[in-house]
Order: sequence, then C-alpha cells, then structure tokens
Amino acid sequence: MIINTYNKTGENAELLADLNSEYRDRRKDAVKRVIANMTVGKDVSSLFPHVVKNMQTEDLEMKKLVYLYLMNYAKSNPDLVILAVNTFVKDTDHVNPLIRALAIRTMGCIRVDKILDHLCEPLRKCLEDDDPYVRKTAAICVAKLWDLDQERALENGFVTILQGLVSDSNPMVVANAVTALAEMQESSETKDIFVVNVAIMNKMLAALNECTEWGQIAILTSLAEYRPLDSKEAESICERVMPRLQHANGSVVLSAIKVLMILLRYINNDEFVKGLIRKMSPPLVTLLSSAPEVQYVSLRNINLILQKRPDILQNDVRVFFCKYNDPPYVKREKLEIIIKLCNDKNIEQILSELKEYASEVDVDFVRKAVRAIGRCAIKIDEASERCVNVLLDLINTKVNYVVQEAIIVIKDIFRKYPKRYEAIIPTLCQNLDSLDEPEAKGSLIWIIGEYAERIDNADELIENFLETFLEENSRVQLQLLTATVKLFLKKPSQSEEIVHRVLQTATEEIDNPDTRDRAFVYWRLLSTNPQAAKAVVLSEKPPISVETNTVSPALMDELINNISTLASVYHKPPTAFMGNKAYSADAVKKAAAAE
Amino acid sequence: MISAFFIYNQKGEVLISRLYRQDLKRSIADIFRIQVISNTDVRSPIITLGSTSFFHVRHENLYIVALTKWNANAALIFEFCYRVINVGRSYFGKLDEDAVKANFVVIYELLDEVLDFGYPQNSDPDTLKMYITTESVKSERAIMEDSARITIQATGATSWRRSDVKYRKNEAFIDVIESVNLLLSVQGNVLRADVAGQIMMRAYLSGTPECKFGLNDKVLLEKDPSNRKRSSNTVEIDDCQFHQCVKLGKFDSDRTISFIPPDGEFELMRYRTSDNINLPFKVHPVVTEIGKSKIEYRVLVKANFSSKLNANNVVLNIPTPLNTAGVTCSASAGKAKYVPGENSIVWKIPRFQGQSEYMLTAEANLTAMTHKKAWSRPPISMDFQVLMFTSSGLLVRFLKVFEKSNYQSVKWVRYMTKAGNYQIRF
Repeated sequence: MIINTYNKTGENAELLADLNSEYRDRRKDAVKRVIANMTVGKDVSSLFPHVVKNMQTEDLEMKKLVYLYLMNYAKSNPDLVILAVNTFVKDTDHVNPLIRALAIRTMGCIRVDKILDHLCEPLRKCLEDDDPYVRKTAAICVAKLWDLDQERALENGFVTILQGLVSDSNPMVVANAVTALAEMQESSETKDIFVVNVAIMNKMLAALNECTEWGQIAILTSLAEYRPLDSKEAESICERVMPRLQHANGSVVLSAIKVLMILLRYINNDEFVKGLIRKMSPPLVTLLSSAPEVQYVSLRNINLILQKRPDILQNDVRVFFCKYNDPPYVKREKLEIIIKLCNDKNIEQILSELKEYASEVDVDFVRKAVRAIGRCAIKIDEASERCVNVLLDLINTKVNYVVQEAIIVIKDIFRKYPKRYEAIIPTLCQNLDSLDEPEAKGSLIWIIGEYAERIDNADELIENFLETFLEENSRVQLQLLTATVKLFLKKPSQSEEIVHRVLQTATEEIDNPDTRDRAFVYWRLLSTNPQAAKAVVLSEKPPISVETNTVSPALMDELINNISTLASVYHKPPTAFMGNKAYSADAVKKAAAAE
Repeated sequence: MISAFFIYNQKGEVLISRLYRQDLKRSIADIFRIQVISNTDVRSPIITLGSTSFFHVRHENLYIVALTKWNANAALIFEFCYRVINVGRSYFGKLDEDAVKANFVVIYELLDEVLDFGYPQNSDPDTLKMYITTESVKSERAIMEDSARITIQATGATSWRRSDVKYRKNEAFIDVIESVNLLLSVQGNVLRADVAGQIMMRAYLSGTPECKFGLNDKVLLEKDPSNRKRSSNTVEIDDCQFHQCVKLGKFDSDRTISFIPPDGEFELMRYRTSDNINLPFKVHPVVTEIGKSKIEYRVLVKANFSSKLNANNVVLNIPTPLNTAGVTCSASAGKAKYVPGENSIVWKIPRFQGQSEYMLTAEANLTAMTHKKAWSRPPISMDFQVLMFTSSGLLVRFLKVFEKSNYQSVKWVRYMTKAGNYQIRF
C-alpha cells in the first residue's frame, strides 16, 4: 500500500466513494488511507459516519483501524458516536477475549457522555471476565472512567471491584489494578481509594516475582508508599525487593533502588544498612552501560543518592570517567559525580583525567572540566597545590577559553587559601590581553586589587583596564571600582589620581545605579573616614567552601521519594515543572460547567 | 505515564501520532519539531516546556518521542522507547522511516497494545507476534490458535513461552559474547578496563523445560568447600542482570540460575566484571609532532592471547589532526589508509594470530593553520573479534534441562570477545 501524503483535490470525495464500496478490500484500503491522513494532521472528521459504518466486521485489523479513528474524532462528532455504541456493546460480549478487551479498551478512550452511559454494564462484566487479559484491560478502564467521572465510578462500585482485583490470581491483573488505583488515589479528594496497608503490601510482594517488567515497576512504585511499622518489617521488605536489582530493565532497577532508599529511613540496624548500601552499588554502576538516555536519568539519580548517602560508590570513581564519544549530557553528569567522589586517595587519578578533558573539543565541557579542577582544589586541602599546577599548565596552553576559565577558578582558590599561591600572580597577569569575558576579567581584576601590595605594577595593570572602563560590562565595572579603591588604600601614593578619576567617571557618566551608587559610597567613605574605608573594603573575607550538595535536606527527602521520576532528573519538586493540575484545560472546563 | 507517543522523521514530519491522554492536543507535535528537531543545540534528551515534558530517543533516521504532563518515571519512559524500537526491529527487520511508512497500520496496532492509557503493557515481541501480525509475518498459527490461549500467555506468569512447543531434536545453543572496554592513559596505565558480557541463548526445546545454568562464578564456587581448589579459575562477577524468565529470588538466595526459557533466541543474562581482565590487545603508540607541519606515528599492536587462536576484523582508528593534508603510511600486516572524512588513519588487519605483533608507521603532513589551538588528540580506538576467548575468563560449566518427558537434549557453547569501547590515549 502506498501512503499518499500529497493531498490531491477531492481526495476526501474519493475516500468517501471507496469507504462505501461494495468490495471489502477497497473499503479497508480506504480506511487505511483515512488513518494515514489523520497521522499527517489532515482533518478527515467529515468522513465520520462513513468510517463508522465499517466497524461491524469480523476483520480484526479493520476493526482496530476504525476504533483508532473513533478515538481521534469522537469528541468532534459526539452526536454520531451513538452509531458506534451498539457494535461496542456487542463486541464486549464477543467469544474472542481479544475482541472483548479491545472493545472495552477503546470505549474507555472515547470521552463522550453518550458512550459513558453505555460503558458501565459492559465494564462490570469485563471486570469479572474469566479471561485475565480482559480483566487487566478492564482494570485500566476503571481509571479512564474515573478520570472522566469519579462519581459514576464510585456509584457503580467499580472502585470496590478494582480493590478486589489486587488479590487476583493473575499477576498482570494485579499490576494493572495497582496502577489504576494508584492514579485514582492521587486525583481523589478523600485519598482513601488506595492506602497501602500490610495486607495489600503482601499481595503486591507476592505478585512482584511473576509480573512483567512494567508490572514490577507499577508494584514497586506503590510499594514505595508503604510506611513500615518497625525496623524489622522494613528489613524484610528490603530482602524481598533486593532481587529486583538484578533485572535487565534499568527502570525496574531504579524503582527498586527507590523503595530501598525510602525503607532505609526506617532501619536502625547498622549492619543491615551497610550491607544494603554495598549491594546497591554494583547495580548503580551497571546502569551506566545502558542506553545514553537511561544513563542520563541514572546519573542524575546517582548524584542525588550520593548526596544522601556519601558512603556509596566510594571505590568506583573510575567507572564515571567519560568516554570520548559519550553524549555531552552524559559527560556533564559524570563530571559532577567525579567531583562528588573525589577524595585525597583518588585525586591524582582524577586530576590527570580532568586535564585530559580540558583538551577536548566541546567548549562547554572543557570549561566545566577546568572548573572541576578548581572545585577539587577547594574541596581537598592537601591536593590544592597539585590542582593549581595543573591549572597553570592549562593556562600555558594559551587556549583562550581554557585560560579564562582557569583564571575564574583560581580566584576561588585564592579566596579559599588566601596568601598561599601569590607566586603565580605574574603568570596570570601575562594573560591579561586574552581576556574578553566579563567573569574572567572581573576575576583577574579582583586578584589584582586583593594583592595590590605584592604586585609592583598593579597601578599600571589597573590603568590598562580603565582605558575601556565605560564600555565594560557592569560586573567588570564594579570589580574595577573596588580594585581601584583597594589599590588606593594599599598604595595611596601611586594611585590617588587614578581613584579620583574612576570615582568621578563612575558617578558622572554611568547610568547603572549599582555602579554609580557604589562609587558614591566609596567616595564618601574615603573623604570622611579613610580608616573606616580600610575596615570595610579590606576586611577579612570568610573563606568559601564548595557546595557539592546542591539539594537542601528538606527537598532531599521529597526527591528520594521521587527517584527515577522527572523530579529526580531536575532535582526539583514536581510542582516546580508540572504546572498546577487544578488549572488544566479540562479542570477549568469542568469548573465552568459546575457553576 | 505517557500522554502521547510520536514518531518523526528527520525533517520533523509526523509519521505516527498516538494520544493516550486527553491532557494534550495533537498540535503539541509542532512544538517538539520547533524546539528540538530544528534546534541545532539540544543538550538534553528530556525537555520540559510549560508543563509538558518531551522525551526523545534518536534511532536510524527517526525521532522516537514520548510526552507526559506528569511527574512520570523517566527511566521507564526511555526504556519503553527502546522497547518500541526493539519490537519494531523484530517485526520489520529495521525500524527506519521507510519501515514506519510501509507498516504504519501495524505500528498503530502495536502501540494500541503496548500502551494502555499511557501505561506500558506487554512489550515482548514474541508474544505480540502471536496476535498482531503483518503481511510479512502472517503466522497461520495466529489465525488457527485459540485466542483464549494467547491471552493467558500474554498475561500469565510465563508470558514469554507457549506451552505447545515441539521439536524433533532438542537443542540449546549458548553464545557468550564479551565486550571489553578499555581506556588507557597517555602513560600506558589502565584507567579503566571492564567487560560487559552477554549470554545469548537459542533454545529449541520441547514442552516446558526447566533449565539450570552454571558458570565459574567465584561467589558460588567458593561456598562449596570441595571446589576450593579450583577457585583460581573462577570469575568474580561485579553485577549481573537476567532475562525476565530467570527466577531472581532463587539467584538472590543461593546464586543458582534457573529458568523456563522462551522459545528461540533471547538474551539470558548480562554481566559485568572488572577484575583480572585479560586484554586481548596491547597497543603502544608513539606519536611525535615535528614542528608545525608534520606528525610521525609509530603504532605497535600485540595480540595477547594464545597463539592457537585468531582475531578477526581487527581495525584500528588512529586520529589525525583536522588540518592533515596527506598521510603516507606502511603497515607490517593488513592495510592502512588515510580516510579524510573520518580524520583518521584506518588500519585493517583481517586475521591476527595470537601472540603476534604488527607495526604501523605513518607520517602526516599538515597544512598551515591560522588559529593556534592545540590538537585535542582524540584516542585511538580499536575494533576486533576473538573467537573462543573470554577476556574475563568466564566459562559455562553446565546447562541442565529438565522436562516432564525426560528427553535428551544437545547443548552447544561458543565464546567470543569483541571490542566495546577500546580506547588508547596518546
């Protein structure tokens, strides 16, 4: 069959003729073409009655195509849907369980009131069907009905039946019942649809071994809602969840990790905790051999888990070394984890690795690698000298963006270890001309101001920068202003003229209120009380530390509860990116209708 | 859960669109096209715009895209996308634009089956093939077979196997395939070396056979004192994962691998080891930059496995700078050639005997460049296959098959080691 994606004039007319053809093959072909048109976004809703006419057929493929069409266009033709209801209801009584399931599955997707009126009876039958395939499909259908009309689902007792299905003999029915109930629980107002208690938990654990990978995830997700009564109980649940760590599907592994991480909160047996943490490491490492996208999600989660449990993965830093052809988003996350795992024992290895990254092609990644070297220096006191040496090597490569990034981190190193590495200042100053980014410029200016008394030609250097004072970015201007004042306070004889000029320019010619006001403040300080100015401008700065933990403890618990989900990828609570469900289009419409 | 599923071609045309939830409209498809496909700088496989999150995976010339409005399970969505690719490959041989266009009806049927209301259902291609058929794989069985049995299988505890399989000759083939990953530093130190192994099985066994499978797994063998002596030949497995047919509870309690296999080919297990890896090849590159116009390469490769074995299809990719004008090279075995499109010298050695060593000497002439950025020296990468050799030393000790009718079965085992990410920095 050929899909004709170029619409000829009158194609709909042609389709119309074919849909009403007396030959079955031609009708089927026409339905296929209708679906093809629908896919590319063309409006074929006008053919509705003609397509629906073809619904009553023994040809399963044809039936599925018509159903697909119905799901798409029922909403735009609510009055005509009634044409289809009869066939649907008949199909839910068909001898073939696949057709019964298909009918109930499709009916649930047609969100038209007229269908709903006819859905309840067949749904009740299907929920009690002998065939597990029909039951598992009906279970999801309850969630569909709930999404449309909670009251109807409650009134007809579907919720109760669904709760009963959690004890079904078939594992897939259990999994789908759990899936449906969990979703309904989330959107219910009373929050009493699905409360995971001991009995339910035991049923879920029993089904866990036998259901499909996706079913296991559904069960694990709901299991994560269970709050154990004591440490012993939590331990025994862990024991039963642990085998899932060996599953080939990475998302099953992450879902199991989530359950374990949550249960860890309740366990007070230190031995057990240690053992569990040890057992969790290898599967986490294995996740790094999955597809890059799964790796990305895993790495974001490992990042979280490391912040919560810094004792995990301690000897595994090598597996996070980047491969040359890793996608950039994977490299970026690996780098973050390398920094987290960096300690005085592996720093040598990490430094040579980071140096390697600094010579790669991807500018953004190279910058991050250079910055990482600085972060290692700040994190590990003993290694700071080696880090500084590596940074100096990098500065000597003269690669523009590497030099700038190195200078930015060296400023941080100066702040952490004041007066320790002054000897390198001349090397830094040699690269003055290559700086064109505000942050790098600002950093070097800060260093010059801070160490003005040690730099013989500090005034010349500052003077050099001042030539373009008015054109600079406001960040650079602020740094220049402060550095000049520092210079004046340290070497008043050399720089009286400069400081006067800068303050005058800043107060008279600059519109940016930040820069202008700071200049005023300095001016007034200097003219009224130079001693106070010294105390303010040259005061001891608190040393900085690295923030390897980016997530606050309160948020951390929420994120652990959301391991493997989008929230754990963004390290943000779900509300931050989901928008408010209460204001979704459907909800607004419903609210309007209620009034 | 997944709100919608799309397949795009490279131009951003929608080939397949299926909405599972009413929380978004089809026009959302355009947003992905604008924000991701026509954007040259996409830095994440997940993008959230407004309250809609787009997950995408690129495969052949397609974008496989799943959308959600929820705080969905991100790992699940990506695994699911790959499962769709897997199902597509199993059905059509290859999942690319042509295959999607030619089979869109079947793809819609499959999407209707594998996802219900956005929740993944059964995505096992073998089971799906029982009741969703294409012209090309029209199985007579599906028409004749009682559909009730299909449904039991699709939902049952052994959803991966039919009960009525019959073979005249009962056979099982096991392939142990190892990919060695290596990262060697400039100084020649091993930065990382590990093996990702895969055990593939082709089971042609009648009835419902219970299989037991044994490896020279260190943890298992050391538990048994009678095996202590042989423990030098054991392998320490860092981690492993199994096909869903393997009883995980059993493995967890006593480390035995027992299962009822699916019919035909499947991946029984994957494992990872990083201990005592035998690297099949040693590479010693000496690369000297002579002034600004010339680079000299001397690359020595040595096969580190028994001289009775052979490696096939050995390929070394030796990077050259972007401003290479020409390369002269000579190799003591195989063929070496400069490939400008890949910026590298490609050295192919079709057959490489164990313990032998070969040398490549090459000289690259460079054109003058105005900008002064140093050459980033990407690593040398290597590809090869060595039959009947495992880098980890892993061996299959036994495969036992138990079935009601007590038939005899023949088992075959093969080993192969190939290059995963085999990279040598210089």
